[in-house]
Amino acid sequence: MFDYIILVPLFPLFGAFLNGIFGVFADKWEKRLVHVVSSAAIGVAFTIFLFLLYQRVSFSIALVALIPALGAFINVLFGYRWNKTLVHSVGVGSVGIAFLLSALAFYQLLGLPPHERFIEVPFYKWMVSGGLSLDIGFLLDPLSMVMMLAVTGVSFLIHVYSIGYMHDDPSYARFFSYLNLFVFFMLILVMANSFPVMFVGWEGVGLCSYLLIGFWFEDDYNAYAGNKAFIVNRIGDYGFLLGMFLIFATFHSLNYSDVFENAQHVLTYNGFIATAITLLLFMGATGKSAQIPLYVWLPDAMAGPTPVSALIHAATMVTAGVYMVARCNALFTMAPVSMAVVAAVGAATAIFAASMGFAQRDIKRILAYSTISQLGYMFLAVGVGAFAAGIFHLVTHAFFKALLFLSAGSVIHAMGGEQDVMKMGGLRKYIRATFVTAFIATLAISGMPGFSGFFSKDEILWYAYSSPYGSPILWFIGAVTAGMTAFYMFRWLFLIFYGEERMDEETKHHIHESPYVMLIPLFVLAFLSVVGGYIGIPEALGGKNHLHHFLEPITEHAYKVEWHEYPHFLEYALMAISTGLAFLGFLAAYWCYIKDPSLPVRFAEKYHRLYEVVYNKYFVDEIYNGSFVRGVLGSAFSSKKFDEVVVDGAVNGTGKSIYLFGSILSRIQTGYIYHYIWGIVIGLLILLV
Amino acid sequence: MEGIQILTIVTFFPLVGVPLLILIRRENVELLKNVALAVTVIDFLLSLYLLFYFDSSEPGFQFVERRQWIKSIGAQYIVGIDGISLFLYLLTTFICPICILSAWKYIDKYEKEFLVCMLVLEVGMLGTFCALDMLLFYVFWELMLIPMYFIIGVWGGPRRVYASIKFVLYTFFGSVLMLAAIIFYYLYIGRVTGEYSFDLMKWYEVLAPFGIQIWLFAAFALAFAIKVPMFPFHTWLPDAHVEAPTPGSVILAGILLKMGTYGFIRFAMPLFPHATHAMLPLLVALSIIGVVYGALVSIVQPDVKKLVAFSSVSHLGAVMLGLFALNMQGVEGSIYQMLNHGLSTGALFILVGMLYERRHSRLIKDFGGIAKVIPLFAAFFMVTVLSSVGLPGLNGFVGEFLIFLGAFKANPLWAIIAATCVILAAVYLLWMYKRVMYGPITHEENKHLPDMNAREVGLMVPIVILYVVMGVCPNYFLSKMHASVEAFIDNYHKRVVMTVHERTEPLAFIRGGK
Repeated sequence: MFDYIILVPLFPLFGAFLNGIFGVFADKWEKRLVHVVSSAAIGVAFTIFLFLLYQRVSFSIALVALIPALGAFINVLFGYRWNKTLVHSVGVGSVGIAFLLSALAFYQLLGLPPHERFIEVPFYKWMVSGGLSLDIGFLLDPLSMVMMLAVTGVSFLIHVYSIGYMHDDPSYARFFSYLNLFVFFMLILVMANSFPVMFVGWEGVGLCSYLLIGFWFEDDYNAYAGNKAFIVNRIGDYGFLLGMFLIFATFHSLNYSDVFENAQHVLTYNGFIATAITLLLFMGATGKSAQIPLYVWLPDAMAGPTPVSALIHAATMVTAGVYMVARCNALFTMAPVSMAVVAAVGAATAIFAASMGFAQRDIKRILAYSTISQLGYMFLAVGVGAFAAGIFHLVTHAFFKALLFLSAGSVIHAMGGEQDVMKMGGLRKYIRATFVTAFIATLAISGMPGFSGFFSKDEILWYAYSSPYGSPILWFIGAVTAGMTAFYMFRWLFLIFYGEERMDEETKHHIHESPYVMLIPLFVLAFLSVVGGYIGIPEALGGKNHLHHFLEPITEHAYKVEWHEYPHFLEYALMAISTGLAFLGFLAAYWCYIKDPSLPVRFAEKYHRLYEVVYNKYFVDEIYNGSFVRGVLGSAFSSKKFDEVVVDGAVNGTGKSIYLFGSILSRIQTGYIYHYIWGIVIGLLILLV
Repeated sequence: MEGIQILTIVTFFPLVGVPLLILIRRENVELLKNVALAVTVIDFLLSLYLLFYFDSSEPGFQFVERRQWIKSIGAQYIVGIDGISLFLYLLTTFICPICILSAWKYIDKYEKEFLVCMLVLEVGMLGTFCALDMLLFYVFWELMLIPMYFIIGVWGGPRRVYASIKFVLYTFFGSVLMLAAIIFYYLYIGRVTGEYSFDLMKWYEVLAPFGIQIWLFAAFALAFAIKVPMFPFHTWLPDAHVEAPTPGSVILAGILLKMGTYGFIRFAMPLFPHATHAMLPLLVALSIIGVVYGALVSIVQPDVKKLVAFSSVSHLGAVMLGLFALNMQGVEGSIYQMLNHGLSTGALFILVGMLYERRHSRLIKDFGGIAKVIPLFAAFFMVTVLSSVGLPGLNGFVGEFLIFLGAFKANPLWAIIAATCVILAAVYLLWMYKRVMYGPITHEENKHLPDMNAREVGLMVPIVILYVVMGVCPNYFLSKMHASVEAFIDNYHKRVVMTVHERTEPLAFIRGGK
């Protein structure tokens, strides 16, 4: 019934492949040749898909997939402007189909009773060795379903947006190719049915992130930022790998179902192994999801094109760590120490990153720090055992953060590439549509009542307080962060859209609203940022909390601890406090950036030390460079020296000394008889004496 | 037993090309190359027979052929392959045509002699992987050395004489010790069993006392460790690689280094299990040092080729670690990684060679920003780097994953230290890639480099296809190894617990002279 889900990631992969070929050959081949080859490639792929569909999928599903594919096909045959049109039809179309297929799977999954919504679809044996047996296979359950929908849905919108945003880029095909490849790997990550298959996606998305951050690689900084992202992620992946090894050594399997079902029999509660496994996995999560101490790559990742920041470095890839912890809830709940670590790191990252957002000037970097902070929230949620709440925030955050980035992209587009918010201001008059969507997104992320962020954030804060893993301190940090978030997000908004117009005349003259192909995704995301929260209105507010109920089966194998019952009024009171703090943040931002714009300047002058430290992000990058990077480079240089002098020196020294020895010996062999006779005589004398 | 069998045909087929090459006039360079290419391609196609008719359920040797060779000393001509050597054998026949293609423009003098060397080298390599008679093995082992010496010494870079002599002396030093050990053990077995033979199957049945095992093992292990190369016997490798012409480097990295690891798994470890067991801590330590040390030294190399050479030290260290884990995952991973390394490092050398042909430099600082100029090259280079880094979905990951999994099972600490190379590999390869391919173009000469031509694409495509196939469907390959690897491990564990005479003086049986 669900066999067709292999097509969900395959479509984007196919798109990536095709556009990759275009990307490499586009400017070298004759146009006609590209035309013929691409038609042939699409034709062949189309035939293969027809065959696959015929083999595996019922006809109605086939139609869903066929119509857009047919569109692409016609496009190739008759679209004379094949170059860009074809590229984005392939790119956008393949992701769109993936989304439709996911929606179909969702519909079918809903038709099943809740406890049967756990479907494994193995495809073939991947690796077998000794006791290890791994399938390439997918798992369809409520958790992966939510992720699939979020990933394909948001990706689709961002792909559409990219048509406009990347329109003039010479490497158009390469861009869509990487973007599709990313969607493929992300889908593998969330649909996997075992750790190593997840790891394929896990590293794959890291690769795409690397390629896309360094997309404009002519600039050295972009290439550097890409490298940094990949290497920092690899540090996390090292932990993830070791975690997998330990799981295998403990469970003799790496399949989710084998591991999670037996977690409670095999592991001892609060035992060393359980803690070690989960902390190692969490190390992977800190890399991928930019948490302390491995968050440093994300701000630099903003070097990539804006749609990339929106898709990969905000909405989807960086949430992989949260997804992974939620997926492994059966393991994490067996290790309360790890849970505490996850929650503490999450809370610390949330507040720390929020404070760094205060003093940044780059329109995208501010959002990057806010992403790190919001991811901290999600880890806080899963760390206190509120897995569904973490996923809920992941989804709403995907909407409003993608929206924030895309509207930032629209601003950058309007400003002709300017990214410094200090050189903007008053833009609301010029780009009204972008302004409205950015405003909605800001309200949503600040947790203003009625917007999606409000519901998900308050659910997290409530659990941070009430869960058996929670504590008032965690709640307090979360609530303060909420206030700070409102402050720096409104600062961002006001600096861009309100106040004095600080750009130069030339730029001002060229400000223009983005085309519809960019605006429509903004509208859709704005709509979702408002209503996205209604899938999870808590019962205390008279809601049904659909998402929570849908996700309930995923914690089936979790270790259950007693949850306290608290009266509703406490929930209301806490909600009121955090919302009050958010309002306070909003007012402060209003005061500083609209009412009295000289205030922040005076503040920065008065406390310039503090300002310097915050502006320079607490010098964390410098500290890392000074310690780890220099440490590795230093030992590399000394190893090289050691190799040349000591190891190779010994080898050549041996060679030389043999040569020397030989030449000395050869002197003795003079060839004169009397020399030898003297030798014999002396030898005899010595022997006799 | 009657008639010449497939393995002999494939092994000696390249010799068919030698008289042909000799008969062709030396001015007719294109024809010479085409003949050599045709011979190696046909040989590869012939070798596919082995793949299709290989029985994966059979742990022992297959396609065995046995003939009298030197009757008076009991030396025979015995060849055969099992799941361990099958893919190494096929890798050799696969790499050889690619090498000849990669030499197409690179070799610009004495083409005839070069091609003859390549064909003889191929025979030597194939023979080494399938010889089951110790003397025969030794002959093939030494046979490889001579053409390789010429390839480095004649067609190499400016310091080719130094490099080739270092290579030959170093490896020869190891082989002579091994020859002494072979003769010694041959005599020992003769005394003990009353039958003088170089037949490996017979040797497998004997278990020498520990005092003898340890010395013999040391001699074998040293010869193989130099070939691998294991830390600290690796210094010939960077020199040889830097000076060798592209095809020489490809053969060296792709096949020759595997002879060392293959020697351990085929000879040193099964023949002398007690000595292996006793020496394991030292060998594991050297392997792990090799993994980390090779990676560290790679990071700061200014020369791309040297960087790749040191990355080989790191990769081969991991291969050895997998072998010494002595469990299914470790050993299979390590055989798999030998194949991966042959492909991806071979390809890296080919790509560096292409850069060298265009720019006559291999120094990282002479490049920068050329991805824009030669996008096709950039794409192939990227994929190869990713394969070498061990990105899941490509071949390198499968090998590394199994090796470290096996090592972790044997001793978590081994894997914890050695697996840091997944980070370091990303550092040295991607950093190199960034400096060579990305950034602004800093040298005027680089603005008009020609992109890869059809020949160059043609030789890279099969390799890239194999990356993907081996990454996505490793089970096809692994399933053919299972039976033999399982037998190897079972045998080792069975024999290592057998009691042997504890204290026997090494030379007693010769002096005692029955």
